[in-house]
Amino acid sequence: MNTQSVLLCRYGELFLKSGNRKRFQSMLVSNVQAAVAGVPDARVEAPHGRILVRVGDAHAEEAAERVARVFGLVSLSLARVVAADETAIGDAAVEVARAAIARLPRRPSDGPVSFRIDANRADKSFPVRSMDLGSRIGARVVAALGLPVDLHTADLHIGVEVTTRGAFVYAGTRAAPGGLPVGVSGRGLLLLSGGIDSPVAGWLAAKRGLALDAIYFHSPPFIGEKAKDKVLTLGRILARWGALRTVTVVPFTDAQKQLRDAGAGELAVVVYRRMMMRIADEIADKIGATALVTGENLGQVASQTVENMTAIEAACRRIILRPLVTYDKVETTDLARRIGTFETSILPFEDCCSLFVPSHPATRARIQDAVKVESSLDVSAIVAAAVAGAERIAVTP
Amino acid sequence: MIYLDNAASTRPAPEVLAATRAVEDAFFANPSSAHGLGAAAARALEAARGEVAAALGAEAGEIVFTGGGTEANALGLLGAARAARGRHVVVGGLEHPAVARTAERLAAEGYTLTTVAPGRDGVVRAADVLAATRADTAVVALMLVNNELGTIQPVDEVARGLLAAFPEAKRRPHLHVDAVQAFGFLRVRPRALGADTLALSGHKIHGPKGVGALWVRAGARMEPLWDGGRQERGLRSGTENVAGGVGLGRAAALAVAAQDAGVAATIERERDRLERACLDAIPGARLTVTGAPRAPHIASLAFPGFPAEPLLHALEARDVYASAGSACASKTRGPSAVLKAIGVDDRTAVLRFSLARTTGPGDVDAAVDALRGAVAEIAEISPPTRIS
Repeated sequence: MNTQSVLLCRYGELFLKSGNRKRFQSMLVSNVQAAVAGVPDARVEAPHGRILVRVGDAHAEEAAERVARVFGLVSLSLARVVAADETAIGDAAVEVARAAIARLPRRPSDGPVSFRIDANRADKSFPVRSMDLGSRIGARVVAALGLPVDLHTADLHIGVEVTTRGAFVYAGTRAAPGGLPVGVSGRGLLLLSGGIDSPVAGWLAAKRGLALDAIYFHSPPFIGEKAKDKVLTLGRILARWGALRTVTVVPFTDAQKQLRDAGAGELAVVVYRRMMMRIADEIADKIGATALVTGENLGQVASQTVENMTAIEAACRRIILRPLVTYDKVETTDLARRIGTFETSILPFEDCCSLFVPSHPATRARIQDAVKVESSLDVSAIVAAAVAGAERIAVTP
Repeated sequence: MIYLDNAASTRPAPEVLAATRAVEDAFFANPSSAHGLGAAAARALEAARGEVAAALGAEAGEIVFTGGGTEANALGLLGAARAARGRHVVVGGLEHPAVARTAERLAAEGYTLTTVAPGRDGVVRAADVLAATRADTAVVALMLVNNELGTIQPVDEVARGLLAAFPEAKRRPHLHVDAVQAFGFLRVRPRALGADTLALSGHKIHGPKGVGALWVRAGARMEPLWDGGRQERGLRSGTENVAGGVGLGRAAALAVAAQDAGVAATIERERDRLERACLDAIPGARLTVTGAPRAPHIASLAFPGFPAEPLLHALEARDVYASAGSACASKTRGPSAVLKAIGVDDRTAVLRFSLARTTGPGDVDAAVDALRGAVAEIAEISPPTRIS
């Protein structure tokens, strides 16, 4: 039997943003729509400031998994839809409770599962008031399953919502990532490498509403095709979160060679990154991105100092967002695991060409020193050549 | 394309492709089925078993088809260990992960594991292996040819030593031999070698991927890794991969024919020419190991101060395909256990060029030219770091 389910999507922070609320809500609705696109029979409804996803039972779990990755939602519940009728609601509550108990990881010594009913009557034409409905449905569950009621520390929360669109009955909620709907903060360009940090930085920026494209600097022939594939795989994982649209692959070998020939020496890391920022600026112009996002972190490697970051960002026109700047490595790694990028990030392909990196990079670069190295070069020609060789690749989940 | 990565995988022989295609088409029935179609499939598989056995100078009944070399090694090592009373396992220090990590599994199950350190010449000493055995040693596992270095391990000497040290057959440790890199290049005679089980792989000898074989000495005590329809003498349940088996049989027969025609000597000559030319052309280059007997098809060259992966990709840009290894190429790349074990320092690139009977004389010249160019290109960008 293919009965109907509904995903009840909850959002938190949006309510605070009174001025932008409408825009945020409509962005969130369209992001939820994009997330369930491709799930057969899934239909998004947005009645009275809430978001419902109607979906057949067969695809309900798949839809729930996808919606649980939509930024801006704080939680969701997978509910059964029944007629707004006390008997039907009672039957559904018993069934939902039984299924939920089977999923609870419990030992015999844990004792019986306690529960409570959270009833809410949005449809005021329904004859039973919320409080009374809760206790009456609770009694049905007690009679059918013999479970103890516990209003304060229940193992199982059974939700009942009576609306004009039918009654929704569900057990528990699952967490969604929170944050703001992707797109409400504009568009950013993420400097994506194959490492652990940059995908996490992108995820965090997207979580605050920034829609992203990415740029990846490729150094053939010294870096293999697998390194590029790895970056594209990371891009696809970010696309699963609705965070990323395209990856632009920029050939960087010539730029590196010219900078090396210019005698970058220990300033190499800083001048390479200044060149990357200039190229990123140009790509961002084309894409319509207003900010750059990097995985830079204060002190993680010797060259990541405040002085160097200052010298690097002096080369570009846009703001550089560095979501991870104060993170400990272990915090970043934990997040990478949660996002799903960690296993890919640790694949053993060199991501950034270690060939060009000096063994003792400068830690306190001054802008004027970097400018001096660059003075013998035709910087705009280097940037133009890299941009001309760029290849933009769409990424889908 | 100059393909010199044959120790990783070989191009399937046209005869193998033709044979497997024909089998997929004609003998699709289950060899265990009672009808004539099943019998035809079973006959095709048994004929292939005969070909593999003949290539080893063995009996068809001693061949168990597996899903590849790794599985053959797992069955040989785990199957023998679990059937034995003893709870001690000895493995060589240069084993492929198929053996080394499988042995670690046994250690996790409660076995005691002794790993015998190799010499800097890339060979494990037979005396050290024998000294590591105990009264409760269940299995000794040693590879015949190391896959990264090409060095030949003293399996026969270990086998003779085990015979002498454990005169009573039922107290003697099981000797498992990983012959994946040896088969097709050396004459492999498992019985004469003194092995109890010996593992082979199809795709290293111009056969199909996903098929291998374990030679099991008649009378060896073995347990299967899983149960089911009890095909392959009960040691490998699962409907047989008839096309794969036939492909392996063809590949084994072709390998023997090529050996009879003296292909090993030709490959060795080309390999030596490649090594000499590289050493002449590239200052600082050296052979990764010297002094030990080696299989004919693997050249392992060390380039002190060079990064391995960029060197490999610079070769690829010149249409030359090889493999890289280094003790520790970067933070992200896991160290090669073999190179670490023989003491290669972490700033030395090691490239492996592996030849096959499909390698032509022009390939070696082209590879040397490409290597010269790749090394120059990288040295220009980043002069090799001095290693004292």
